Amino acid sequence: MSKPLKQIHLAAHFPGVNNTTVWSDPRAGSNIEFSSFVHFAQTAERAKFDFLFLAEGLRLREQGGQIYDLDVVGRPDTFTVLAALAAVTEHLGLTGTINSTFNEPYEVARQFASLDHLSGGRSAWNVVTSWDAFTGENFRRGGFLPQEERYSRAKEFLAAANELFDSWHGDEILADQETGTFLRDAKAGAFVHTGQHFDIHGQFNVPRSPQGRPVIFQAGDSEEGREFAASEADAIFSRHATLEAGQAFYTDVKNRLAGYGRRHDQLLILPAATFTLADTDAEAEELAREVRRQQVSGATALKHLEFVWNRDLSSYDPDGPLPDIDPDVSDNHISKGRAQVRMYRDPLATAREWRELAAANNWSIRDLVIETGNRQNFIGSAETIARTINEFVQADASDGFILVPHITPTGLHEFADKVVPLLQEQGVFRTEYEGPTLRDHLGLAHPDDVRDERVAS
Amino acid sequence: MPRELHLSLALDGTGHRPAESLAAAHWTDLIGLAEQGALDFVTVGDSPAPPHDDSAGRLDPVAVLARAAPLTTRIGLVPAVSTTHTEPFRTSTALATLDHVSEGRAGWLVDVSSTEAEAPAVGGRGVAPAAELWAEVADAAEGAVRLWESWEGDAETRDGATGRFIDRERLHHIDFEGPHFSVRSPSNVPRPPQGRPPIAVALDVHDSDGQWELAASHADVVLLDADQPSTAWLARAALLRRAAEAGRDPEALRVLVRAAVDLGGGTGPGALPPAELRFTGAAADLAGLLADWHETTGVDGFHLFPTSAPADLPAVVHDLVPALRERSLFRADYTGRTLRDHLGLPRPAG
Ligand SMILES: Cc1cc2nc3c(=O)[nH]c(=O)nc-3n(C[C@H](O)[C@H](O)[C@H](O)COP(=O)(O)O)c2cc1C
Repeated sequence: MSKPLKQIHLAAHFPGVNNTTVWSDPRAGSNIEFSSFVHFAQTAERAKFDFLFLAEGLRLREQGGQIYDLDVVGRPDTFTVLAALAAVTEHLGLTGTINSTFNEPYEVARQFASLDHLSGGRSAWNVVTSWDAFTGENFRRGGFLPQEERYSRAKEFLAAANELFDSWHGDEILADQETGTFLRDAKAGAFVHTGQHFDIHGQFNVPRSPQGRPVIFQAGDSEEGREFAASEADAIFSRHATLEAGQAFYTDVKNRLAGYGRRHDQLLILPAATFTLADTDAEAEELAREVRRQQVSGATALKHLEFVWNRDLSSYDPDGPLPDIDPDVSDNHISKGRAQVRMYRDPLATAREWRELAAANNWSIRDLVIETGNRQNFIGSAETIARTINEFVQADASDGFILVPHITPTGLHEFADKVVPLLQEQGVFRTEYEGPTLRDHLGLAHPDDVRDERVAS
Repeated sequence: MPRELHLSLALDGTGHRPAESLAAAHWTDLIGLAEQGALDFVTVGDSPAPPHDDSAGRLDPVAVLARAAPLTTRIGLVPAVSTTHTEPFRTSTALATLDHVSEGRAGWLVDVSSTEAEAPAVGGRGVAPAAELWAEVADAAEGAVRLWESWEGDAETRDGATGRFIDRERLHHIDFEGPHFSVRSPSNVPRPPQGRPPIAVALDVHDSDGQWELAASHADVVLLDADQPSTAWLARAALLRRAAEAGRDPEALRVLVRAAVDLGGGTGPGALPPAELRFTGAAADLAGLLADWHETTGVDGFHLFPTSAPADLPAVVHDLVPALRERSLFRADYTGRTLRDHLGLPRPAG
């Protein structure tokens, strides 16, 4: 007997502050005005997507000591946008990226519990750990947290938040009445948490929300990040969207689950994925190439090369050859407020490799940045894309994808209109929402039931 | 034509429906009704303190009002936010975002957290002396305003020719340094639609100098507690003088007197929320009282604090507002779109 088909999970990432977003396109709208968020969210809900996803950055990016101005700059506050979107959607999950370094558990738990109430059980929290001192300059404690403690704080932060979510059980509020007391138990919400990072106690003032706890996402990719996800998260927002890298990542993290007494289906792997859709595969390839050139202008190419070279390269011609000088490998990095610059662990080796590549292919700086940058993950006709997505999911490269369109706010339309119906025809994507909460969409148990299961076993 | 009267309402009294007040509909119904009455704004109070007898908890007020914003089009939305235990940067960006999602209807009721219950729940620091709390929140207000103004209104240039999304000369690092916090960068959130969402400060005439200072130097709207018309008259005059001394235009300060009201929805006078001006009775009589105060004290209007918002708000909208209109004191309908428009406050330059 063949394996039953997996159901695909799909989500929509609101276009962000990096060069994936082509703001210069004539169709591109505001990344700030609420109407863009409404448009985007309602498109995702029309397509029966699981959730909308918002990334977060707590300080505008800078490069070479100046605000980075080639990409979209600025974004609204995550909680406030999600609470407002709860008013204009009915089923769509609302996932917010919220940092565990520059916040405190009481405040964050309160905001997620509030969002969960106000959305009828649709909230999710992507726990990220950015700790850099540059971002810290906007906050009370500055860059207080050493890199190696980022996950110990995140883990304890989440544990404390869970204690707050669980400090109400859901049966404390007495039926409405004219006078008298309203709580069965005056100690409802009482909590005490003592640990290395937090020493807090009191009474939490938001009663149990529909989902009990928000759905928990995790995004970091290090060894510690993966362990954190395996022990605590309901889903991972990963960067491994190709077949092979996806399968390797999927196997890696799912194999870690048993160590925490968890089953394979208790952690979903949802990579970020870009796409270019056209009537034919050939047209899509052509269009994808054009979009990549729009995403990497000459000016952007130089700035991206600076991530590796760590030097001011503004005097170079982006249509000319790569610099002869070597990267500056000192600690002080030219780019501030980006996670990806830390990906180049050995800049000298990368520079050498890129010079060879460029020479062999006769590439300019701009060509090189385009060719070594990310290709769109899915390129083709609707049929090709639907088939590929399904193959990837059935082959355990992921449990679905978080789609990142390059046009705000209309970049999902074609996918919704053309790809989703094909997935529905194949029986691998919902035609209607089956329940009201995000846990329902993701097939995740309510935390009370998970607890019962752990107690019973 | 008499001077216009401004009317706003606190939505804090859950009206003994603790379970219902956790659902969005409780809030959106009330705010929608308040908008039918063309009220200037509603406030939602806050406290990270433990639940108490008359309520089973409180949702985050910014989230509550953001949830209501897309379902309303005119009414001002003013959450109480304390920065004592939280990050001033976040408060500023959250309020700027509330202004974006409501297209120019956000305000901020500045608050502090001063109780023994709040400090250990959030952690990090003990209960500070009141003077320190008020001085710090004045810094937070200053920081918030600088962050709102850190983007000039036309900073997003989207210049295809140069590939520059913004003109970074029009973004400014605020470099705010205070004794309790500092904020370096420009805001993450572009200039809010109102330029600067109005800042409201609650003030009792007996309050400390720190609170008076906050009100005089940062408030666009003062929610004033006063027991007598003469007290209100004197307090308003003092506020305008102090605002002028702080280099502000005293014309751009609105003083609304807080009035605890029970229009039949409450459980008797004992249930009135604390306020020095208290009223129990019929809406038509309240109209007379407010009209008298408005005429004799020079204040700009009132901030009603009902015993029970769900029970008293219908009387406000269906009885009090028409009675004030009959006296030509209250707008027949909204004439502007933003909270600043309703309050007659000019949009700040830049
Ligand atoms: C796909 C992906 C998306 C991320 N998105 C964000 C984000 O929106 N905001 C943020 O502050 N950090 C983000 N991060 C950073 C991580 O959460 C984490 O803080 C960082 O990668 C360091 O952890 P690591 O060493 O485990 O990767 C993202 C990371 C990945 C892999």
